[in-house]
Amino acid sequence: MLATVGVSDLESLFDEIPGHLRAEVLKRVPHALPEMEMARLIAGRAERDGRYVNFIGAGAYEHHIPAAVWELTTRGEFYSAYTPYQAEASQGTLQLLYEFQSMMASLTGLAVSNASLYDGASGLAEAVLAAIRAHKKSHRVLLPATVHPVYRSVVRAIARNQGVELVELPHNEDGAVDAVDLAGNSDVAAVVVPQPNFFGVLEDVDALTDAAHGIGALVIALVNPVSLALLKSPGEWGDDGADFAVGEGQPLGVPLSSGGPYFGFMCCKERYVRQMPGRIVGRTTDVDGKPGYTLTLQAREQHIRRSKATSNICTNQGLLVTAATIHMALLGAAGLRRVATHCHQNTNELQLQLSAIPGVARAFARPFFHECVLRFERPIAGVMRAMEAQGIVAGLDLTHYYPDLGHSMLVCATEVRTKEEIAEYARHLERIMSRRPLDPPCAVKTAS
Amino acid sequence: MLIFEQSRRSRRSTSQAPAAEGDIGGIPANLLREDEPLLPEVSELQAVRHYTRLSQRNFSIDSHFYPLGSCTMKYNPRACNLYAMLPAFLGRHPHAGVGTGQGFMQCMFELQEILTDVTGMQGVSLTPLAGAQGEFAGVAMIRAYHESRADDERVEILVPDAAHGTNPATATMCGYKVREIPTDSNGDVDLAALREAVGSRTAGLMLTNPSTLGVFERHITEIAQIVHGAGGLLYYDGANLNAIVGKVRPGDMGFDVIHMNLHKTFSTPHGGGGPGAGPVGVNQRLLPFLPIPYVLESNGDYRWATERDCPHSIGRLSANMGNAGVLLRAYIYALLVGRQGMARIADFATLNANYMMARLKAAGVDMAYPGRRATHEFIVTMKRLKEETGVTAMDVAKRLLDKGFHAPTVYFPLLVPECFLVEPTETESKQEIDGFIDALLEIFDEARRDPETVKSAPHTTPVRRLDEVKAARELDVAWRVGPAR
Repeated sequence: MLATVGVSDLESLFDEIPGHLRAEVLKRVPHALPEMEMARLIAGRAERDGRYVNFIGAGAYEHHIPAAVWELTTRGEFYSAYTPYQAEASQGTLQLLYEFQSMMASLTGLAVSNASLYDGASGLAEAVLAAIRAHKKSHRVLLPATVHPVYRSVVRAIARNQGVELVELPHNEDGAVDAVDLAGNSDVAAVVVPQPNFFGVLEDVDALTDAAHGIGALVIALVNPVSLALLKSPGEWGDDGADFAVGEGQPLGVPLSSGGPYFGFMCCKERYVRQMPGRIVGRTTDVDGKPGYTLTLQAREQHIRRSKATSNICTNQGLLVTAATIHMALLGAAGLRRVATHCHQNTNELQLQLSAIPGVARAFARPFFHECVLRFERPIAGVMRAMEAQGIVAGLDLTHYYPDLGHSMLVCATEVRTKEEIAEYARHLERIMSRRPLDPPCAVKTAS
Repeated sequence: MLIFEQSRRSRRSTSQAPAAEGDIGGIPANLLREDEPLLPEVSELQAVRHYTRLSQRNFSIDSHFYPLGSCTMKYNPRACNLYAMLPAFLGRHPHAGVGTGQGFMQCMFELQEILTDVTGMQGVSLTPLAGAQGEFAGVAMIRAYHESRADDERVEILVPDAAHGTNPATATMCGYKVREIPTDSNGDVDLAALREAVGSRTAGLMLTNPSTLGVFERHITEIAQIVHGAGGLLYYDGANLNAIVGKVRPGDMGFDVIHMNLHKTFSTPHGGGGPGAGPVGVNQRLLPFLPIPYVLESNGDYRWATERDCPHSIGRLSANMGNAGVLLRAYIYALLVGRQGMARIADFATLNANYMMARLKAAGVDMAYPGRRATHEFIVTMKRLKEETGVTAMDVAKRLLDKGFHAPTVYFPLLVPECFLVEPTETESKQEIDGFIDALLEIFDEARRDPETVKSAPHTTPVRRLDEVKAARELDVAWRVGPAR
């Protein structure tokens, strides 16, 4: 091969790189490991982390994933393909994306879905920017305090340099947003309405949607896709429905995985489709009249529009969407509804048992979906550590995010939590709250 | 056939959902949905067969040579996938305490160290979810840097005309105006134009090196001096890092900030268009602005850097810490490749590209930059072929699909007419590459003998050329029974 190129050695291939720039040995890169030794090292790291019984949700939910989902998703033909630029050689990915878009459009009750975004938080930032483009007249967006605090940080970080004004709407003592707080604002491009909200609380979405439309603002629904098997879809909210729906897709067949990769989804009314960021797949026909699928409306995108694109996004989260599509196909509407109803039932059971413990109470009386805030009479950090020692990840400490709520914790029990696990949680928490030692004292369970 | 068309009322894979409905007494009726969502009602076998068959309608690295220029479609080692999917990694909640994730965090910390060394920077944050988000983080840091010095005049980002579309789109997202810098006839940045463009309005220059033209930017040291001399910063788009990994480091070239595409250089799967991972690296002066969280280490204990540690950070870009599973795959890949292996990536990626270019040149195929050394990719131009036969680069691309090869990138970069950007990567064998070259030469020959066959290709794929105009005009983006809401 070198002879064909006309050089004598590999080094000659780099003769256009100025010599003084050439790198020396990469001292901080370890020496190569054979697969067997790598496997030992990685398995050791995984073992060190152990397995805990998890009661945190807060945007990432542990659900049962049918065995077939990742068996199929990791087939090389899905796993090692790329963005379907050559449509004729990518009909598998393209049709799957079209099916995904169809499922999401139906779940959200909106006409159009894109082929996914990076994750729920960055998806919300993109939805805020899209709604501002669609509204045309204002750069102000109302962002309730009942939206995930990290999502709000992400929206700020991404939208900050584009002249977007984010106005925070407070939550009331029920842990929800009052439509009257919203109605007093003017010159607003969009209002974000979370359902369920970060506290797990169910907002009065009809009133909020109508109030937002009443002040001439668009509505961005921030929703959990599993809840949509049960709850009113954004397209049905209020008199006219939400204009955009966005959210974290992880609950649809994606494992917790320490935080990623997940995927964000975004749907909208048909009239706003040209403001949508990200890939969109359309159905069309080939020269023989046979149905087929292709990327469409690409004139919105960076590789065509460059500095005038709707976003700099070029990929979607194809592999995760592959898993989600297969997951939804296996569960169907009835299966997904069972998941949703079981999540509600389990979290309800958990909060009933926990709030019966002295020193623990529910923070908000309003109905919730599958998460719930508990208020404690003691600092949360110590409680969490004591629970962790029993192999239980108890919940998310909200003290830092919402100092006004006192010692509060967000808990979640999805359909995978058993009666026994919930009872065990309550038993340990009761003991910790009453400051009794373990019985017997040496019976410290280590995570295994 | 769509999965929906196989649906029959009440058919389901019963074992995969809870056995019965849960009690929802606590949820008021006015918040419940009335209509059932239109999800498929199929058996497990139907779903498995349907998606298996769909997968077979794809070209992929595992099944086909995929020389898509600027995308680095190299083999994704199976071990990276298997070991990143160990149950402890998959089961860990992102908000669980750091005490429950020290093993995972050690992997992330060591990956930060590896990437810092590979890029010659001073610090790395793994959090950007894709290359484009890494670009966003990088330019946002440039902006934060100038703002921290109250240097508010700098409103322009310079971008070479050969750049990826993400560069100008990113600059716009960060609130900058974009100013294009032309390329000279040898494929290098036009230095005279650059000197004229820089000044007190320059926030920075975004550069890909090797550039998208498949050549190494030879005047990089001078470019760095010109931009820095004007008070601007230098941004490295890591799209083409595979060409130089272990050979030359962006930090040593004078770049202040870099993003990497781990789905390219570190061989994490492209997944049909994602997930990616786009870590950013910075030199000393941009360290305070790195996006959070990233991993801090002291005495073997690992924890996340937060707002309290990094008050000047540009903030958070995702709900968690980035695409953890992708980062684990990249880390495992780095362990398998190792210190010496890094440079061998560049060696063989470059050898394969130069070999292909030499063979095609010898056969009379036109190159965009025939006088230059190819990097890990090179550009074929078919302007002459089109003039002589009417056959376009797109026609040739489609005909390659009939021959069992994924087409190279077509019509990018925009500067070169009727172009193919060809990137073989280091993982392809000489046999595979020779097969591709033979196929391409056959098509060139066919274009002269029988142009219609090439122009009407592909002939053997599951569908033939699609009506893209119809797709956009009669928008059908979701299957539904009733009218659209």
